[in-house]
Amino acid sequence: MKKILSARYVVVSILILIAIWQVLFLVSDYSEALFPSPFMAFTALLEMIASGQLLTSIITSMSRFIIGYGLSVIAAVLLGLLLGSLPEVFKYINPTLQLLRPISPTAWMPFVVLLFGIGDVPAVVIIFIAAFFPVLLSTVSSVGNIAPIYYKVADNFGVKQPLLTWKIVFPAAFPGIANAIHLALGSAWIFLVAGEMVGAQSGLGYQIIDARNNVRADILLATIFVIGIIGLALDFILGQVEKLILKSWGGGK
Amino acid sequence: MAYIHIENAGKTFLQNGQEFTALSDVNLDIERGEFICLLGPSGCGKSTLLNAIAGFDPVNKGSVSIDGNEVKNPSINNVTIFQNYGLLPWRTVLKNVELGLESKKVPKSERAEVAKKYLEMVKLSEFENSFPHQLSGGMQQRVAIARALAVEPEIIFMDEPFGALDAITRMKLQDDILDICKEEKKTIIFVTHDIEEAVYLADRIVVMTPNPGKVKGVITVPLHHFRDRTSGDFLLVRDKIFDLLNMKTEEYIEYTI
Repeated sequence: MKKILSARYVVVSILILIAIWQVLFLVSDYSEALFPSPFMAFTALLEMIASGQLLTSIITSMSRFIIGYGLSVIAAVLLGLLLGSLPEVFKYINPTLQLLRPISPTAWMPFVVLLFGIGDVPAVVIIFIAAFFPVLLSTVSSVGNIAPIYYKVADNFGVKQPLLTWKIVFPAAFPGIANAIHLALGSAWIFLVAGEMVGAQSGLGYQIIDARNNVRADILLATIFVIGIIGLALDFILGQVEKLILKSWGGGK
Repeated sequence: MAYIHIENAGKTFLQNGQEFTALSDVNLDIERGEFICLLGPSGCGKSTLLNAIAGFDPVNKGSVSIDGNEVKNPSINNVTIFQNYGLLPWRTVLKNVELGLESKKVPKSERAEVAKKYLEMVKLSEFENSFPHQLSGGMQQRVAIARALAVEPEIIFMDEPFGALDAITRMKLQDDILDICKEEKKTIIFVTHDIEEAVYLADRIVVMTPNPGKVKGVITVPLHHFRDRTSGDFLLVRDKIFDLLNMKTEEYIEYTI
């Protein structure tokens, strides 16, 4: 398979971005404090790394992310397996899910802050919501689409609940579930930043707000860059894990 | 009473609010160790009958009993082999064969041993760590056969098991299944629409016709596991089946001018 992220393409692509940025910097009338050059942002990045501020923010954000995303995926998959096995019950729950699903997780933010105050909880909750609905709905539909022959084989070979879920239902639905878990990772990471901008006093999202308040656009842009890099890395890591596991399902089809 | 006793068995489905008869008035007795082929065109109810005896979808008229017990559910004593193999793609070949042994509470160490024995019987020992998608169709079906044999069932049901395979692979597997039968002395009920396959394999052939699905006749094959696809006896049995099925073509003649 041809790698999309082959080194040459990455370098050229990033260089083009930096070149455009530099050109805009040269032609724009904004003051340097408001619209810094790539080099100024890079200097700010080094400054943040040296002071340890960046590492602290990353650790704070990552722990919120892992807790929110992890809990969300576990809850959504378990509930999805249950509801997928009970299609009659799901018919009564689905309309509510369809009502809640299109609501942007950020819409819940003020409410969550009212209930829990500023801190870790709002960011965790928003990530939870962002990942929950896509994973839940995909799990339910993956369970519903399991080929009947697997149930027949299980029935014939005496595989009964709760082993049926563990040995047949979960693995049979896994390719669909894994795909949703992967997609949800991206949106969860996007909403982490939103959550920290509104509901927290620490982390990468807050760092952006803090930089704005101090009129440090160089720090602001450097932080945005770091957020992008981490998002890309998370996606890559999960993609590799997914590929590794799905190998046994027939080349990840 | 016979080992498998089928009396006035019938099956109706509701289809768009209308009752549809898939199977009607089947009477059949099968003895232990027999190789029975259910033969007929699509829609003749052969798979319906198989699913009823296997317990996946019991009859709603008459009765089907095995060893004196009415069939209501599938049992691990009577294993079905499907046309599309029904292997679990996320398990290795060895783990697939172990599936039934797990339910039978065979200790872990013994499971692998038993599974390996049957994989050897179907000549797939060297593929025990492969995944199903890495094997050809014929090999996958042999894994399914090993998985069925591993639980030491009394009856093996086969629902057009070689239907998806090419002609040459199919003939090889037919020989394999006859060898295994001789060795293991299982009762086998085999669904097919291939007349030659039925004559080659069966002790008795149950010829079925559609609209509604019913048994047209039962033909005993006097070839005793000594079969030659080109011998006179073979062709004679085949001819008898053509005769039985030809009754069907006469119904169509009414429509011609």
